[in-house]
Amino acid sequence: MENLLNIFVKSIFIDNMIFAYFLGMCSYLAVSKTVKTSFGLGIAVIFVLVITVPVNYLLDNYVLKAGALDWLLGAEAASIDLSFLSFIMFIAIIAAMTQLVEMIVEKFAPTLYNQLGIFLPLIAVNCAIMGASLFMQQRGYANVWEATTYGLGSGIGWLLAIVCIAAIREKLKYSNIPAPLRGVGITFIVTGLMSISFMSFMGIDLSKLKGDKAETETAIQASPAQQTEEATTAIAEADLEAVTEKTTE
Amino acid sequence: MSLFSGKNREYLLGPLSKNNPVLVQILGICSTLAVTVKLENALVMGLSVTAVTAFSNVILSLLRNTIPNRIRIIVQLVVVAALVIIVDQLLKAYAYEVSKQLSVYVGLIITNCIIMGRIEAFALANKPWPSLLDGIGNGLGYTVILAIMGFIRELFGSGTLFGAQIVPQGWFVANGGAYMNNGLMIMPAASLILVGLIIWIHRSKNRDLIEK
Repeated sequence: MENLLNIFVKSIFIDNMIFAYFLGMCSYLAVSKTVKTSFGLGIAVIFVLVITVPVNYLLDNYVLKAGALDWLLGAEAASIDLSFLSFIMFIAIIAAMTQLVEMIVEKFAPTLYNQLGIFLPLIAVNCAIMGASLFMQQRGYANVWEATTYGLGSGIGWLLAIVCIAAIREKLKYSNIPAPLRGVGITFIVTGLMSISFMSFMGIDLSKLKGDKAETETAIQASPAQQTEEATTAIAEADLEAVTEKTTE
Repeated sequence: MSLFSGKNREYLLGPLSKNNPVLVQILGICSTLAVTVKLENALVMGLSVTAVTAFSNVILSLLRNTIPNRIRIIVQLVVVAALVIIVDQLLKAYAYEVSKQLSVYVGLIITNCIIMGRIEAFALANKPWPSLLDGIGNGLGYTVILAIMGFIRELFGSGTLFGAQIVPQGWFVANGGAYMNNGLMIMPAASLILVGLIIWIHRSKNRDLIEK
C-alpha cells in the first residue's frame, strides 16, 4: 500500500510528465488558453492513461518480454523475445483504446462525451500517453496495480500542469509583454519557472517514512555544521548528477 | 533543373527559419527539450527524426490515394512506428551509448508531432518528390534548433562539446580558478526558458510572426 502511495505521489509531483519529462507538450501549448477546455483535456488524458498503461503492462509481461510466453508455450518459449515490437504494439493498443473509450463514453455518458468533444480522438497522438507506457516498461513495475497507479498519477500530474498554465495564461492576457515574446514565447518561460518550483518536490521519498526516520533526522542536523564551501559544492554536484541521470534516463 | 525549382527549394529551405517546425509551427517540442543536454545526443536525435520524417512523408505520399480517409491515422501510425523500430534497432547496433541515453525518446519519435503534422498537412496532398523535400527540410529545421540548444546547454552546463573539454581545467574553482559550470543548464527548466528566448530572438528578427 505504501509502495502504491509512493508511486502515486512520485508520478504526480516528482516525475511530472510536463515539468520533468516534457511529455504532451504539443497539446499542453495548444489547448492551454482557457482553464475550462484544459480541464476537459486533462480529464480525458487521465481516462486514457488509466486504461492504456495497465493494458500495455499486461501485453508487455505476458506477450512481448523475453520468456513472457511461457504461460502459453511452456519452457521452450524462453528464447522468444518480441520486445522489439513493443513500439508498434503500444501505439496500436493506444489508438484502439482511445477509439474504444470514445465509443463507450459516447454510449454511456453522453454529457461527458460532449464536454470532451474533439480532445478524445486527438489523445492517440499525445506523447504523454505513449511516454507513460514506455516509462512503465523501462521501470519494470512489479504488478498491474503499480502500473495502474502510475498511469493515474501521471494523468493527474498532467492535469495539474495544464490547469496551472491555463490559469496563468488567462491572467497574462492583461500584462504588457514584449511583442515578440507574446503567446508561445512567454508560455515557455513561465513553464520553465514552474518547472523550477516543481524541482523542490524532488526530495520526497515516502518509502522512507517508516523505517529510517531517525537516520534522516540526524543527517539533517549534522549537515548545517559542515556547511563549508566544499561540502556544499559536493552536494550540489551530486544533485546535478542525479538530475542529469534523471533527464537522460 | 525542375527538381529544384523555386517552389521545391522553398519546401526544402523554408522550414530552416521562416517556417521552422519548432519555433513557428510549435511541433515536436517534447524531444527538443528532453534530449538536448548533450550536443551529440541532440544531433543523433535530429538526424533520426529527419530520416523518419523524410521516409514516412514519401511512403504516405505514395499511398495517399489508396488510404480510406477514416482510418488514415492508424495507417500513419503503423508506417511511422515501423520506421521508428528500424531507427531504434540501427541506433542500438551502431550507437549503443547514445541510444541508452536517449531511452524512451527514441520510441516517442512515433508520437512526435512534426511527423504526424507534416504527413497530415503536406504528404497527404502532394506528390512524393516535394514530400521528400518537405520531410528533409522540416527534419533539418528541427535538427538546427536541437543543435543550438545542445551547444548552449553542453557548453555552459558541463564545459564540454561532444564530450571534449572546452573550458580549460585550470579555470575551475577546484583547480584554483574562478569558474563554475552553470548547473541550471542541465536541469529541465533551463531548456524551457532557452526555447522561450530563442523564440523571442527569432520573432524580433521576423516581425510578421508576432502573435496578436
